[in-house]
Amino acid sequence: MSTTESIPEQKPASAAQSGGGENLLEVNGLQMHFPIRQGILFQRQIGAVRAVDGIDFAVKPGESLGLVGESGCGKSTTGRLVTRLLEPTAGSIRFDGEDITHKPVTKMRTARQQLQMIFQDPYSSLNPRHTVGTIIETPMRLNGINPEQGHKKRAQELLEIVGLNPEHYNRYPNEFSGGQRQRIGIARALALKPKLIVADEPVSALDVSIQAQVVNLLQSLQEEMGIAFLFIAHDLAVVRHFSQRVAVMYLGKIVEVGNREDIYARPRHPYTHALLSAVPEADPDGGDRERIRLAGDVPSPINPPSGCRFRTRCWKAQEKCATEEPPLVQISGNSAGHLTACHFPEEPSITSRDEDVVLDPALAALEESAGSGAAAESSTGEADKAATPEKSEKATDKD
Amino acid sequence: MAIELSPQTADGTVPSTFLDVRDLRVHFPTEDGLVKSVDGVSFALEKGKTLGIVGESGSGKSVTSLALLGLHKGTRAQVSGEVWLDGNELVGLSEAEMRALRGEKVSMIFQDPLSALHPFYTVGNQIAEAYMVHHKVSKKEAKERAVEMLKRVGIPQPDRRVSDYPHQFSGGMRQRAMIAMSLVCNPELLIADEPTTALDVTVQAQILDLIADLQEEYGSAVIIITHDLGVVSQVADDILVMYGGRRIEYGSAREVLKHPEHPYTWGLLQSMPSLTGDVHAKLNPIKGTPPSLINLPSGCAFNPRCAFKDRVPDGRCTTERPELRPMAGNEKHIAACHLADEEKAEIRGTRDKTDRLAK
Ligand SMILES: Nc1ncnc2c1ncn2[C@@H]1O[C@H](COP(=O)(O)OP(=O)(O)OP(=O)(O)O)[C@@H](O)[C@H]1O
Ligand SMILES: Nc1ncnc2c1ncn2[C@@H]1O[C@H](COP(=O)(O)OP(=O)(O)O)[C@@H](O)[C@H]1O
Ligand code: SF4
Ligand code: SF4
Ligand SMILES: [Mg+2]
Ligand SMILES: [Mg+2]
Repeated sequence: MSTTESIPEQKPASAAQSGGGENLLEVNGLQMHFPIRQGILFQRQIGAVRAVDGIDFAVKPGESLGLVGESGCGKSTTGRLVTRLLEPTAGSIRFDGEDITHKPVTKMRTARQQLQMIFQDPYSSLNPRHTVGTIIETPMRLNGINPEQGHKKRAQELLEIVGLNPEHYNRYPNEFSGGQRQRIGIARALALKPKLIVADEPVSALDVSIQAQVVNLLQSLQEEMGIAFLFIAHDLAVVRHFSQRVAVMYLGKIVEVGNREDIYARPRHPYTHALLSAVPEADPDGGDRERIRLAGDVPSPINPPSGCRFRTRCWKAQEKCATEEPPLVQISGNSAGHLTACHFPEEPSITSRDEDVVLDPALAALEESAGSGAAAESSTGEADKAATPEKSEKATDKD
Repeated sequence: MAIELSPQTADGTVPSTFLDVRDLRVHFPTEDGLVKSVDGVSFALEKGKTLGIVGESGSGKSVTSLALLGLHKGTRAQVSGEVWLDGNELVGLSEAEMRALRGEKVSMIFQDPLSALHPFYTVGNQIAEAYMVHHKVSKKEAKERAVEMLKRVGIPQPDRRVSDYPHQFSGGMRQRAMIAMSLVCNPELLIADEPTTALDVTVQAQILDLIADLQEEYGSAVIIITHDLGVVSQVADDILVMYGGRRIEYGSAREVLKHPEHPYTWGLLQSMPSLTGDVHAKLNPIKGTPPSLINLPSGCAFNPRCAFKDRVPDGRCTTERPELRPMAGNEKHIAACHLADEEKAEIRGTRDKTDRLAK
């Protein structure tokens, strides 16, 4: 099998992958396998949901790392592991120089203060029976923080910082709109002066016009207060706007990570290409972008494919992809810190190719019968094909 | 394309356009007052074309689509106006008459296929059932038709999956099954209400392309309802922008996206980050929140959130409701805003300049 397009030069991924400088957060080999149990009296484990399956990444102070990927790929689980809401089944988490992997929450007072989370759902993450003031002050009181100006004054300051009226102090969450509730959640996270905020889909539930208000707010917090973010979202345009570096997840693994420009303009992993190509852009002259249409949905994380997990949906898959898991490394042609886990990476460009990649059998059939110029490339619909033609031939030629 | 300039009332003539909606109103009496969810909406659509209806949540999109299907019949909703579909007026029809049209003439894809599919019947049974409502065929033939439809929409192993229950399908497969069910009788009008909002972007791209390819094959008219301007840009020929239950801008997709005329449409476009725009430029959000439909602001419903109302003399934005009027040089592009063309040109000029400066 040819490896012409494969990886001549490899640099191993390490936690210090973001280049020089001290990391605020360092995650190594992080794993979360949720057990699946069966049985009535004696529950025995019959398998596991491999939600997060050995990932490495790092976040530097003041930086925003975006985490993108399809539903169920493990983004939220990663966020919950990092904020210690879940106990990892393997791997390590270092925050601000301290190993917090298995620290009981009660013993990690400083880390907890400095590491806060904002949730997707502004409705359910606020206690409806508490006033806004109580909601914002509670974390300060629990953590023994006594601001000079007093709790109330500080809470009102925070309300002002997030663009709410300090007079809202005595109101209840149900008196606010979705965007305003998300601001309350942000004020609560800010109360402890965190160094890192894990934001799990903080704007997904909001209308576009409101979304932009909240994104701008988070951006000014990052710039003015130097807060670092682990920014989880499925919206690739929002992530691009907010994050200096981006990690792409697929079925519990990071398949590509790099600077914003590397991921959005020079992606190498076929999955990153497929994701970007699927984003609908509001510009009718959206430019000359490639068209990739995958078949089907993401496979189950209970029994992920062997080797490369993307191979069941990949148009470049070859036998090697089924037998060898591709390491997340700086493949040749990538700039420093741009790591890709693929045996047969794509060209670093997102402009359209000679032929669209249409793997969806229904689309392929319809477009073939319509005789449209862009003929379907592959119309095989079987879920578990080990290899499809296309570039495998090209690779053989070069041998 | 026939764009309705102003809402017309019955003039006795039957419109020649395939779908012609005139001055549609859907009001709900509630304890808090009358909710005017749809308040004088008109649009038209030819076969083979796609209309995108966009707006924020609560702007009346879903209520509009339910009205086209006659699904407010028998509820407390007060529906008025006219919906002409291929020469038949639907608002005045009885539920029984409407039922005869549903599925065959007009059908619908819902945002949440799980709530639209029945959990206790197999996917195949439900598609076959929908077919038998309008066709006198045996169960076996209907079942074969269901398998064929599942194949059409790209369900792998359709002859086996036809006996599955909805919960055995993934989200993307359920939406495909929903599409199969709504297309089983070759409807001439297909309404898709947020058909991809619950789906991943890769699956969304498959489904949108599938709807477009099937439309080409069957020549049906399609209405896609969404809050995502990216989605409409990809599939729509025309775009209708709704705000507070009313139309505020309407025109060809190209015109509305490339030369938007209403400050709300400007705001929507500028608050959306893109895959290619300048990453250092701040997003430009619309301030405030969408209005309550019980008590719309007087004058222009958008005025509390509009950054340009001071450019309109005499405070007209707060006192006088702007009519939809055609844009200079384009009869078919209409918007409801008091701003004079010169003012808009000036606003656009400074905006282009800041855009360039930011780059
Ligand atoms: N407590 C749990 N027990 C079992 N499985 C779980 C649990 N929590 C999550 N999972 C599974 O782990 C996988 C990853 O879930 P996660 O919530 O991290 O996905 P995500 O990437 O955040 O998706 P989304 O975009 O839908 O929010 C999914 O298959 C999910 O069903
Ligand atoms: N049965 C009903 N009774 C009262 N109000 C309703 C009813 N159905 C919808 N509405 C209101 O009508 C408005 C428009 O709703 P809808 O069309 O669902 O919005 P969207 O544009 O998000 O689809 C909303 O304010 C909604 O609360
Ligand atoms: S299947 Fe092979 S070619 Fe495709 S992404 Fe995986 S390693 Fe790369
Ligand atoms: S009519 Fe006035 S308030 Fe309404 S959009 Fe135009 S300028 Fe703004
Ligand atoms: Mg999640
Ligand atoms: Mg709706």
